[in-house]
Amino acid sequence: MTAPVESKLGLPQDRIDQARELARRIARPVNQFIERHTTVSVERATLRLAGADGANAEGIPVPNLVVDQVRDRLEDGALLPYVNALVRTGDSVDGLNQKIAQGFRVDELPLGDRGALERKAEELVEAFATRVKANRAFRAACQERFAGRNHSPLLYVIVATGNIHEDVKQARAAAFQGADVVAVIRTTAQSLLDYVPYGATTEGFGGTFATQENFRIMREALDEEMERQERYIYLTNYASGLCMPEIAAMGAMERLDMMLNDSIYGILFRDINMYRTFVDQKFSRMINSFGGLIINTGEDNYLTTSDAVEKAHTVLASQFLNERFARDAGLPPRLMGLGHAFEMDPWLPNGFLLELAQARMAREIFPEHPLKYMPPTKHMTGNIFMGHVQDAMFNFASKASGQGIHLLGMLTEAIHTPFMMDRALALENARYVMNSMKDFASEIEFKKDGLIVRRAHQVLEETVDFLEVLDRIGLMEALEQGLFAEVKRPRDMGKGLEGIQERGPDYYNPFETYLASELGLSAN
Amino acid sequence: MIARPYGDTLDDGAVQFSFTLPVPEGPLGREAARQLVEKWGFEQVDVVHSHSLSEGFSFYVAYGRATTGIDLAGIQVEEATGPSVYTMDEANEIVRTRLGRKVVVVGACTGFDAHTVGIDAIMNMKGYNHHYGLERYPEFEAYNLGAQVPNEKLIDFAVKVQADAILISQVVTQKDVHIQNLTQFIEMLQARGLREQFLVLVGGSRIGNKLAVELGFDGGFGKGTFAEHVATFIVDRLLEREA
Repeated sequence: MTAPVESKLGLPQDRIDQARELARRIARPVNQFIERHTTVSVERATLRLAGADGANAEGIPVPNLVVDQVRDRLEDGALLPYVNALVRTGDSVDGLNQKIAQGFRVDELPLGDRGALERKAEELVEAFATRVKANRAFRAACQERFAGRNHSPLLYVIVATGNIHEDVKQARAAAFQGADVVAVIRTTAQSLLDYVPYGATTEGFGGTFATQENFRIMREALDEEMERQERYIYLTNYASGLCMPEIAAMGAMERLDMMLNDSIYGILFRDINMYRTFVDQKFSRMINSFGGLIINTGEDNYLTTSDAVEKAHTVLASQFLNERFARDAGLPPRLMGLGHAFEMDPWLPNGFLLELAQARMAREIFPEHPLKYMPPTKHMTGNIFMGHVQDAMFNFASKASGQGIHLLGMLTEAIHTPFMMDRALALENARYVMNSMKDFASEIEFKKDGLIVRRAHQVLEETVDFLEVLDRIGLMEALEQGLFAEVKRPRDMGKGLEGIQERGPDYYNPFETYLASELGLSAN
Repeated sequence: MIARPYGDTLDDGAVQFSFTLPVPEGPLGREAARQLVEKWGFEQVDVVHSHSLSEGFSFYVAYGRATTGIDLAGIQVEEATGPSVYTMDEANEIVRTRLGRKVVVVGACTGFDAHTVGIDAIMNMKGYNHHYGLERYPEFEAYNLGAQVPNEKLIDFAVKVQADAILISQVVTQKDVHIQNLTQFIEMLQARGLREQFLVLVGGSRIGNKLAVELGFDGGFGKGTFAEHVATFIVDRLLEREA
């Protein structure tokens, strides 16, 4: 996935550097805000990393119960009262979780000796680190054992039955058919729940609840398929929405391999408050980085609402910003699956050339990044035969431009969530096209000053101009004015605003401190 | 006239099928697929392709000849708009000259549905596939509230801006979640005594006019709908009301 990238477009390096510098400057004030704040979800994620799990009889998860108990002193963080309860009661983590689920209040215990509490907390950090490091080592060993067996780009499919046990059947079939990556789509609107449900689930709409038990069930099935197919099967879920850091925590513990995780997407497309999203994305990305998970960013969404020709520069600008925020959270480029999409109008003259130019441009600007390329959706009509041809063109563009992660288009897009046969036909299509043109990319050059080269240069220039505007007015102001995706998001509106908390001088989060040090980030 | 599927000869009844059976690939699966299509009433069934989808599932492509046709004389079409649809300019001209005021339209994708693609196609300035959306219509005041809008909030907003029409988009229809949501919307309107105050329309890839009317809406719009269809429906109904 990380072969050196040859320059075919001759993009000016100084303009690329300038775009990165602008992104750095745009992110800086946002990062300053992030460092001074925490959120209910960051605190719940921290508790989960410490072992808080389970739910009460009404289904309210233990991490939510704890954070609700200490909400009026959240400026200090939620971990210390939980650790204090462990020390005071002498309970195991599981024992305490059960008590809390039955109504026990950790906030009513007076805080014990600080040194003893910190030692207990360090023990919990150590247990978490050991578990996640073991996951990373296991993944690396499997990938080593089956080296060269995955497709390039990785063939990525979704399952979305609503029932985790049915999802397992679909995922096993997909692995049999040649998939490298399986993503379990979440149930509609889980992103707007301010808690993560507990346990295995069998009821969802348009997808399946992300729960830690569902993660575990799917992981186990895909590991079995890995042995059978002799190919590592990547598992993907969604660290997005109001529980972004908690999902990341669950994913690191259950050895997921990829997370949809964007620094801005939730603000624009889910109307989540921007302060909340910015703070949440950083902690979630620190966890993803430590767990070795590849993030997938959501730039494809811009093109489902805006035009793929007119708004190509917003995709590239967002990639630069996502790259910056990811770097500031300790993610290396090899874990940055920056997103883009094949959303060109199929009837536009030379539309394919413009698309190829943009896809190759992204590849050359982000050479080490496993770019995530999304299939046609906006121009899929229900004519499944035409749709299959559109998907074939997408497969061609992806292989010809050297993408990293390839989300397969379904001929039944816009009709229903994929049937088993839809996925099989999509995989057959991609395997045929990509094998048949295996070395095409290294055989071709683009005509100097031809349409493709000019298009790529033009989008880069427009992107630098756009980033200059963002730098001038500020990212938060730009979101308020509707400069992204033509939607306006006032900074004091949106879901989850009430979950923001300024940090006090005694804020305590040894998990964050540990992650920052492991990832080489300066301590907050 | 009796119409039958057409392959290359009138009344040959040619139909193509593709489906999956929860049966391993092999002679048993292929024969099962052939007999199954025969049981559906097709003749000269030919399973032209099959392959394995996983250990317990297989995929089939088959052809058969339909033995029945349909009498076109006995069919009533359930479309919200008739064959004549106003262009954007025509719709605006009619509003200007015959209604003499702006038409206020509020749209949203309601409930938990997060897919704005439908409401955007009808309402956004840019529209869809070279058909401008209602925001581009000078005689229309169009408010697109986006996705995941609670029914109550949508109604409140429509009251506030004195809307003529409310447009609801529903894309996610798994397990009939849209039916519950749409029913709740109509019940809320009725409970507040507002049902007659608005034209209420619903659209989505799995929505038809018949279903919409059954649920208590004025009209429903499915696949292939552009802003012109919606504008035509609204303009005609408003003219009827105000005549």
